Amino acid sequence: MTTTVAAPATAAPVATPKVRRGWTQHGMVFVAPFLLIYVAFLVWPTLLGFQMSLSSVNIAGGNNKFVGFDNYVEAFGDPRMWRSLWNTVVFTVLSTIPLVFLGLVFALLVHNLRFVQWLWRLSFFGPFLLPSAVVSILWLQMIYPPDYGLINGTLGTDVLWLGDPSVAMWSMVLTTVWWTVGFNFLLYLAALQSIPQHLYEAAAIDGASAWDKLRSITLPLLGRTTALIVVLQLVASLKVFDQIYLMTGGGPQDSTRPIIEYAYDVGFTGYRTGYASAVSYILFALIVIVSLAQLRLFRKREEVAS
Amino acid sequence: MTKRFSWSQLILLVIALVLAAVWLAPVLWAVATSLKPEDETTKLPLQWFGSELTLDSYALVLGTGGIVKWAINSTVTAVIVTFLTVLFSAMAAYGFARTQFRGQRVLLALILAGIMVPPQVLIAPLFAEMVTLGLVDTWWAIILPQVAAPLIVYILVKFFQDVPPELEQAAFVDGAGRWRVFFTIVLPLSRPVLAAVAIFTFITTWNNFLWPFLVSTDPNTMTLPVGLANVVQGTFGLRYAQIMASVVLAGLPLLVVFVMFQRQIVRGVAHTGLAGQ
Repeated sequence: MTTTVAAPATAAPVATPKVRRGWTQHGMVFVAPFLLIYVAFLVWPTLLGFQMSLSSVNIAGGNNKFVGFDNYVEAFGDPRMWRSLWNTVVFTVLSTIPLVFLGLVFALLVHNLRFVQWLWRLSFFGPFLLPSAVVSILWLQMIYPPDYGLINGTLGTDVLWLGDPSVAMWSMVLTTVWWTVGFNFLLYLAALQSIPQHLYEAAAIDGASAWDKLRSITLPLLGRTTALIVVLQLVASLKVFDQIYLMTGGGPQDSTRPIIEYAYDVGFTGYRTGYASAVSYILFALIVIVSLAQLRLFRKREEVAS
Repeated sequence: MTKRFSWSQLILLVIALVLAAVWLAPVLWAVATSLKPEDETTKLPLQWFGSELTLDSYALVLGTGGIVKWAINSTVTAVIVTFLTVLFSAMAAYGFARTQFRGQRVLLALILAGIMVPPQVLIAPLFAEMVTLGLVDTWWAIILPQVAAPLIVYILVKFFQDVPPELEQAAFVDGAGRWRVFFTIVLPLSRPVLAAVAIFTFITTWNNFLWPFLVSTDPNTMTLPVGLANVVQGTFGLRYAQIMASVVLAGLPLLVVFVMFQRQIVRGVAHTGLAGQ
């Protein structure tokens, strides 16, 4: 690449490469392929979805009439919409707390251990690599069944993990924590590894105990990572669908149905695509609010960095 | 290791072992069940090992062929998505980071805004679009929406902005064009971040459920998660050893990938995770 041969045959360009012309030199050509797919499969459906939410269209594309904000008005008066939105918020809160806390505990543990790193990584991160269908079938068929399931069978309990409306949401949280905590674990592990070692050495000279070091060095320095993980986790949990759909189908008695499943139900099995789009956009609004908080967070980070 | 021995290490080790055992138990239980004779899978009290270890369930599951076909579909779609995502995103990111053209800022803002759009809320309009384009039940329906990943562009723009321009200047002086510089200098320099992005895209695509589930109704185009969810329960009834054999077979590929690429995956999660969702 740095073949410093004699003067290049072509007349040496005086101008910087930026002003060179010709279509293959043009920056837009680099952007075009991505932009095409992006506009076709993200921008366009986003606009189309909003238009659909203002219509009475069904899944077959028929009965397509403009109805203004009727779908939104209906959604706000729909107890099942509120129930599924509430379930989503409950799931998000219940899952975020242990997912962040356990992620931190696992990372601290593994970071401070000097034995068989691969084993801990595989144990705690491994489940994250399983497809949701695998996780769901495993827990549904072999872990949660009241009689021969692994939990009741081992502990001698007789909890109706998926059949009792007051327990089912907790079961969903338990499965989700098991399945996805590995991601937060790795983020924390990466953050721990980037803490300069000399801070600990200095503290050790001052006679700090392990607890002191954790409290006054590690945890404060993990503050930003924690804020980040919390926001990422909130956004991820708000989008919950797969495991709940596959394990309880939203039941028993709608006690686990998240809002994406409700949108799926009314849109794809109830054929009311326009209404489903309105429900989706309500969730979308919620996620945008959380994401904007996230963007602000990053902007602050960058300001601090620069 | 003996030099490093201390009581605190021992206590941590015991805690880690207990937690790891709890975390691995469901997976090990799936493996144990898949190796039991079918009539012993739900025997009480629970036993980790049946009267004999048998691979019958695996033979039966593999014999029906479905799971092999779905694994191939998953692999092909995930490889195509990963390749197109990395190529197009890297090109776009280079265009934004290192060239100038009209409308650049507006387009970049448009792409950054897209990071906030959760694909899950687009299922209805995307599905309608796929019906219009006649792509339902084809691989393209599964592939194309997943290539539109603005987050990856964002990560790569950030990365390319930090590559020192001097590295490219020499080549420009030698008369190399943008394309040559991009493919022979920029891409090779970015190998670690590209690998991280590629692995992460592959994992996400391989495991994606909702979208492939909506656009593939034909068992021939189904990906592994969809095939499993749709057909396993119907086909195998309550034959738990076979269900668990399917589950193990479906879960295995990425675990193998993980063991092979541990370091890159760890770095990849840190990279992609830190920059967005």
